[in-house]
Amino acid sequence: MRSGALILLLCGALLSAADGPKKTPPATGSERLEVQPPPFSDGIFPCTNCHGGMAVNRTRRELSEMHTEIVLKHDETHRWCLDCHDATNRDVLHLASGEVVPFDESYRVCGQCHGEKYRDWRAGVHGRRTGNWNGAKGYLLCANCHNPHQPRFKALAPKPAPQRPTRSMK
Amino acid sequence: MTEPEQPSRRMFTTSATAAFAGIVLTACGPKRLYEVPKDKLRASIAEMETKAKEQVGQAVKVSDQGPTPGVQFAYALDISRCIGCRRCVYACVEENNQSRDPQIHWIRVFSMEKEKGVDFTHADPYYNPPEVPEEGHFYVPVACQQCENPPCTKVCPTGATWAEKDGIVVIDYDWCIGCRYCMAACPYGARHFNWTTPTIPEKEINPNTHYLGNRPRPKGVVEKCTFCIQRSRDGRYPACVEVCPVGARKFGNILDANSEIRYIIEHKRVLVLKEELNTVPRFFYFYAT
Repeated sequence: MRSGALILLLCGALLSAADGPKKTPPATGSERLEVQPPPFSDGIFPCTNCHGGMAVNRTRRELSEMHTEIVLKHDETHRWCLDCHDATNRDVLHLASGEVVPFDESYRVCGQCHGEKYRDWRAGVHGRRTGNWNGAKGYLLCANCHNPHQPRFKALAPKPAPQRPTRSMK
Repeated sequence: MTEPEQPSRRMFTTSATAAFAGIVLTACGPKRLYEVPKDKLRASIAEMETKAKEQVGQAVKVSDQGPTPGVQFAYALDISRCIGCRRCVYACVEENNQSRDPQIHWIRVFSMEKEKGVDFTHADPYYNPPEVPEEGHFYVPVACQQCENPPCTKVCPTGATWAEKDGIVVIDYDWCIGCRYCMAACPYGARHFNWTTPTIPEKEINPNTHYLGNRPRPKGVVEKCTFCIQRSRDGRYPACVEVCPVGARKFGNILDANSEIRYIIEHKRVLVLKEELNTVPRFFYFYAT
């Protein structure tokens, strides 16, 4: 009996902990989410270190001096850099409305076109989650898994196949 | 239709005596996990921890955390996302102290042809291309489906396996006699037998274990997925959920209306394996796209 009471007490304590502040975001809404930092290449941020003193060139063109490693495979016939990156402040992105968005809220930029995925991601259905099923969950930015310039998920080498059952010869 | 035969007096007396003897024997025998007084349970767990240390050469903590009222676990796997990389298989092996040799994998990933659909007769678990996903293929990982109506627990002659209140189907290795009836009864091939004492490199032991889950097993017992009971009862996601690089694996409390698992069941196309067997799995497969 005593053990039963103890188990109940323990469970009660757990339950009340679970009822505490929840971080599960609603399926819709626009409040800020805690996410992992954006996956910048080393030393590339802040962009204004280089872009700060440069004249803004809004002409659509192939880049030949810098950022040549970036190959755009993301609706490239219609998009280019300044559709997402802000021309006047390179340290931020911008929405179609012109509202600027920091890199750690880049999901709002992606969500403009990929609304369905954005909704699923907010609900916890799209993308990887870490942490607690009933508490604080770790969210990743879209860009942590999808390179924004080539968003298709890269193929991976699989881990070894299971051993086939063998017949004992003894 | 013929009337069922009336039991004879002798048959009735024999059955009644047998039933009575059964009750007496069960009541006198060793106690079940939840019937043991707390102090005795602590003592037997301490003994278990000592034995485990001898077996694996490292200090192991065995938890006996019970189910939380108001929690029913459920799992969902997005077939449209899974790329068959088998990261989950090996994360599970490491988390749950599965034998490396002979090899035991609680998760089995089947490669299937898109043209044939979900079809286990044409599925291949031994696929091994340099890169996944392969053209024209999709992948269906299968582990214990944590059935609400589990066929495996019904056939156990010793009552060593049962469904917990939070839905996890568990095995008490101290009660398992290794008859493997449950393996024959499981329609999903989710139960695995320790033909020898499991071998695990000392450095790779996970010392954070649960009585009904990943504590070191002896030779001759059956084991299976427990939704990482040592993690999930602690509020954490199972190891396979956290390792999945494409985020195809989802886990939570089906009674919580705000959980992602409820969102999936309410908004996505969901299926269960072998629905016609009425096992009522708590493991759902879905297509997010």
